[in-house]
Amino acid sequence: MLGRASMLLPCRSILPARARPFSTDLPAAPSADATFTEAWTKVIPNMDPPKTPLSFMQPRPPTPSSIPSKLTVNFVLPYASELATKEVDMVIVPATTGQMGVLPGHVATIAELKPGVLSVHEGSEMTKYFVSSGFVFIHANSFADIIAVEAVPLDRLDVNLVQKGLAEFTSKLSSATTDLEKAEAQIGIDVHSALNSALTG
Amino acid sequence: MALAALRREGRRFAPMISPRPITALRSSPLAPSLEDEGPIGVRYISTQVVRNRMKSVKNIQKITKAMKMVAASKLRAIQTKAENSRGLWQPFTALLGDLPSADVKKNVVVTISSDKGLCGGINSTSVKISKGLHKLNSGPEKETKYVILGEKAKAQLIRDSKKDIELIITELQKNPLNYTQVSVLADEILKNVEYDALRIVFNKFHSVVSFVPTVSTVLSPEIVEREAESGGKLGDLDSYEVEGGETKGEILQNLAEFQFSCVMFNAVLENACSEQGARMSAMDSSSRNAGDMLDRLTLTYNRTRQASITTELIEIISGASALEG
Repeated sequence: MLGRASMLLPCRSILPARARPFSTDLPAAPSADATFTEAWTKVIPNMDPPKTPLSFMQPRPPTPSSIPSKLTVNFVLPYASELATKEVDMVIVPATTGQMGVLPGHVATIAELKPGVLSVHEGSEMTKYFVSSGFVFIHANSFADIIAVEAVPLDRLDVNLVQKGLAEFTSKLSSATTDLEKAEAQIGIDVHSALNSALTG
Repeated sequence: MALAALRREGRRFAPMISPRPITALRSSPLAPSLEDEGPIGVRYISTQVVRNRMKSVKNIQKITKAMKMVAASKLRAIQTKAENSRGLWQPFTALLGDLPSADVKKNVVVTISSDKGLCGGINSTSVKISKGLHKLNSGPEKETKYVILGEKAKAQLIRDSKKDIELIITELQKNPLNYTQVSVLADEILKNVEYDALRIVFNKFHSVVSFVPTVSTVLSPEIVEREAESGGKLGDLDSYEVEGGETKGEILQNLAEFQFSCVMFNAVLENACSEQGARMSAMDSSSRNAGDMLDRLTLTYNRTRQASITTELIEIISGASALEG
């Protein structure tokens, strides 16, 4: 009797992977998701369809009829979100075509960034970052998404190292033989001269 | 009743008991300690064997507990990174939307899995989803290829889908994950694989006990153009002015490549978190299981010990009473 009782130990199992229901789940957005889930359940009825990024995102507000007063900026880097839905007056981004000022009500644009200074103007204060490269999306609803690979505040840059790097890459360019080396050296020069002008200008 | 229970316990360990004829040949010091024959010819498992088993189960419990602690500390380290990288893919989805059901000719499924095992069922889930996507996107003129990250998915997919595998990448986590490494990886994939749509399959980390299989879709610029022209979800992409570059196509190409590397970075981090979390819960349930086993073995050990003592006493007493007459 003792043996039987000790043998009937409760079996513990790992909690099944349960998705937390997100408050950001939009009823309207998953129209593409609906076709996907339907197609999935038809072909693979035994498994739950995988989730898609749309169900994990906060929905964006639609384009308002009048121009809003503030620009909402999302400035993201691979390692952090520098600014997340911050309301500012203006941002100046270093697009490949030159410095571009973005105000609320800007026309919807996709622009690639080149190494340069990004400045965020909020009221009377201005924050400057040196951005290596990336993209900026300006949406019609006065949302601006800036995605950069690296961004540092200007006060963290060392002038001497910048000069040294510039000299180094210039010499590399002159001694470069293959196209790849030339391209790499040219990129180095571009970035360092942008750094230079950021620090001096 | 107790003897019936003992008999059952004895039968459970029966394979470990050596058969009778052999013990008769063994040297005398060994035989009594290995087997005791009690009343009704019941064979008990020897206490020595049970003691050995208890020792090994206790060691296993220690090991799994240690593995759980290690996984917990690794999870802590990588979780902040993953959460910080979550903002990275959102602008792309906001701009380009999410079209997992886009009908394309060349699909590439990028399966992200772990290199090490003992992490529960997350790798099997990813592989099942990848195979599901393969099935979903099969049809005339359509082909699906695999790009595999991680040993575990490679082991599973190489068995039946060997001809569909384009690229296998392992030992991703040898050095701590960073964006540069992942972007080089993304570059390699984009260079070597022709694609119309890239579907990245990974486990998204929600919490230590919950990992959701997710698929992120990155479309090539041509498909993006096609979807934008046909209206629907990407219809208002045309309203976006494209600054710079010679052509819109060039910028869209850069955009697609950048999107792929950003989404990959986030996916790899999330999968690493899920792996550590799954390992934590797997090792936790394993140590708990070992603890239960240890309790059961302790009871068996005590019962066996007491039974042999009782048997000895019975023999002595019956021997003594026989002498008295």
